[in-house]
Amino acid sequence: MSRAVAVAGTGRTTRRRLGATELVWLALVGVTVIGAVLVALDDQNLFSIANTRDILSRSSLLGFVAIGQTLVILCRSLDLSVGYVMALSSLIAATTMNGDPARVPLAIGAVLLVAGAIGLCNGLIVTVLKVNPFIATLGVGLIIKGYLDTEYQGPAGEVPSSFQQFGFSRIGPVPVSTLVMLAVAVAGILFLRKTRTGYHMFAVGGSADVARLSGVRTGRVLVTAHVLCSIAAGIAGLLIAARFGTGSALVYNSGYDLESIAAVVLGGTLLMGGRGGIGGTIAGVLILAVLDTVFNILAVDPFFKDVLRGTIIVAAVAIYARRQIDRKASRIRFGGDGGSGGSAPPEPRPDQPAPELDRPGGPDDTDRRPGAGGSREPSVAADSGPADQQGHRPARHLDGTGGAR
Amino acid sequence: MTVTAPRPTPQRSAGSRAGDLLSRVFGGGSATVFALLIVVFAAIFIVNPSFAEPPSLMAFLKQAAPLMILAIGQYFVIVSGEFDLSVGSLVGAQVVIAAALIDGEEGRTVPVILLMVGFGILVGLVNGLITTLLKVQSFITTLGMMLVLYGAIRLWTGGAPTGALSEAFRQPGRGGIDMAVVRQLPWALMILVGVVIVAVAVMRSSYGRTLVATGDNERAAGFSGVRVWRVRTLAFVVSSVLATLAAILIGGYAGVTAQVGQGLEFTAITAVVLGGVVLGGGRGSVVAAMAGALTLEALFVLFNQLSMPSTIRPAVQGVIIIAAVAYAARERARPRHHQEVPSQPQPNEA
Repeated sequence: MSRAVAVAGTGRTTRRRLGATELVWLALVGVTVIGAVLVALDDQNLFSIANTRDILSRSSLLGFVAIGQTLVILCRSLDLSVGYVMALSSLIAATTMNGDPARVPLAIGAVLLVAGAIGLCNGLIVTVLKVNPFIATLGVGLIIKGYLDTEYQGPAGEVPSSFQQFGFSRIGPVPVSTLVMLAVAVAGILFLRKTRTGYHMFAVGGSADVARLSGVRTGRVLVTAHVLCSIAAGIAGLLIAARFGTGSALVYNSGYDLESIAAVVLGGTLLMGGRGGIGGTIAGVLILAVLDTVFNILAVDPFFKDVLRGTIIVAAVAIYARRQIDRKASRIRFGGDGGSGGSAPPEPRPDQPAPELDRPGGPDDTDRRPGAGGSREPSVAADSGPADQQGHRPARHLDGTGGAR
Repeated sequence: MTVTAPRPTPQRSAGSRAGDLLSRVFGGGSATVFALLIVVFAAIFIVNPSFAEPPSLMAFLKQAAPLMILAIGQYFVIVSGEFDLSVGSLVGAQVVIAAALIDGEEGRTVPVILLMVGFGILVGLVNGLITTLLKVQSFITTLGMMLVLYGAIRLWTGGAPTGALSEAFRQPGRGGIDMAVVRQLPWALMILVGVVIVAVAVMRSSYGRTLVATGDNERAAGFSGVRVWRVRTLAFVVSSVLATLAAILIGGYAGVTAQVGQGLEFTAITAVVLGGVVLGGGRGSVVAAMAGALTLEALFVLFNQLSMPSTIRPAVQGVIIIAAVAYAARERARPRHHQEVPSQPQPNEA
């Protein structure tokens, strides 16, 4: 039994060449090409300076939120309060600056501090009070909403023109805000790949109990993710303030919470945590931005846009899911995990029957995969992902945050 | 289970059995919601003693029935380990569909209602099949469905709802039987009671147990012969059909606006979780989920009675939800071995 599994594991590593992230970027290329063709049929150019600028500036706002959301989702949590944090941040920024360029650093500091504090609350409610992240962040969002509705009836504060540059100035066709977003994305990627906490995020998302038993302080990791997520939402709020020139409470109606989750999932990150990354998320954000721009150029009915968007998100995730059914099987056996290394399964592989089993599961087995594992171990390939999700259920009384989805 | 029969069943007194029953109904994180419900009602009665009179209680239940029905539907999906974010959009879509198709003509009421139920079943089937067969996480499936329904309905009606509901259509939501003590026994309440009875019966049937087992550990359920995809798809259908029912009640009670149903999915999920049902599946009772919805509605009434400024209400709601769920989680975290031992033969279960 374990041999069949080991075989499945080795076969899979050879197929890892086209990872989830690459697939998403390919999808982005596909969407862009199709969009460009459609736009060309309408006698316009998707790659004109104005349209490129439109795509990029659309992506920057959602990009910040989605980068933060990626970290949280990797840890198998989620954050529904980001929209409210954005609104609050824009108001704090605008009212603190109040038109005075000298107060810009102070305002930025205040925003990051408040956003970080909100993230800390989210994280502590999830880890210490053991409230499901869905409810915890929804509740914190409601609390912020109550504060915003009570304190601010309309737009408030004024952003000095020097800070509005953050929203409007650009280098060539690339808006500064997009560059900042990409810089944050690179920082996030490095954080996930190069730091211990980054590694631990994958571990916690994969299985909180295994991570804990391996000595990871799961609580701290989760709190860190939430703090970073809220800070990213705070930066998005700063950008809103820079673009609007004032702070606006109604930003929370724009649906950035669900849209950022959609972008993250579109980017190939598993909603169940433990797999994915910021690179894919950026591609997901760009896909959404390209779609929006194409729809705008073609003057698609805004309501039809919603229909298309919903369909595309579901269809895309369905396509990833087909691959991930395979990939999850490799994760559970430590076959080739994207972040946490470890390629050799611990089972004693070089047994006598192993070579002959290895042949059907060799490098050329791309289309035989389900059969290869299936003959011996019917549902390892298909079912081990969910099993991984449910695996820690028996120890439920230990389990605070894991039972999210 | 049958193998364990030879072991003698320990005799238990009637008292401990009643205690067992109580802990089965109220235990497992559900106790919090019933306690909270009592506290909220007590607070309402203190602020406004006339609320305890039957007529105003009936009016309250009439208003609360749609959310409770939605919560029951959401419970089926959540206990099987999934989410249904599309119910809010579906309620809005159904109300708009009803108004546009009935267009004020009494004769069309019944056919349109049948059509709505059919549409509900279709939406549930699509949600369920995409989630189970295409393996898209239900969060995304139903989020997509939410966007599609939201856009499609507005595309169809050109942005604003058109038409009008018939008087007969509005009866279930606002009408009732005139009676002595309660002044009016609302149809909504009777429908609710019917739904609750059926829901409790279904959860005690083999389907209900299979559903909970699927939510608890779908792999184990699959190995035991459960067709997981079918069980879950059915749960989505139940949720959509009950959302349709809720739409009929809401449309009747509140009429047609463009905003009908907005945000109801979060309220319904909140209600279910408030009832001690665990997101991720496998735990919680349908009665408790319904009690969660009732508690939320009671909370809104309490806010009204206290004439709390409407802007601060979300904040208070947020605090109470977090506190209640945190408290329930603390209760659940205590090791309770007497319930974890499964080898006790249970004679009256299949």
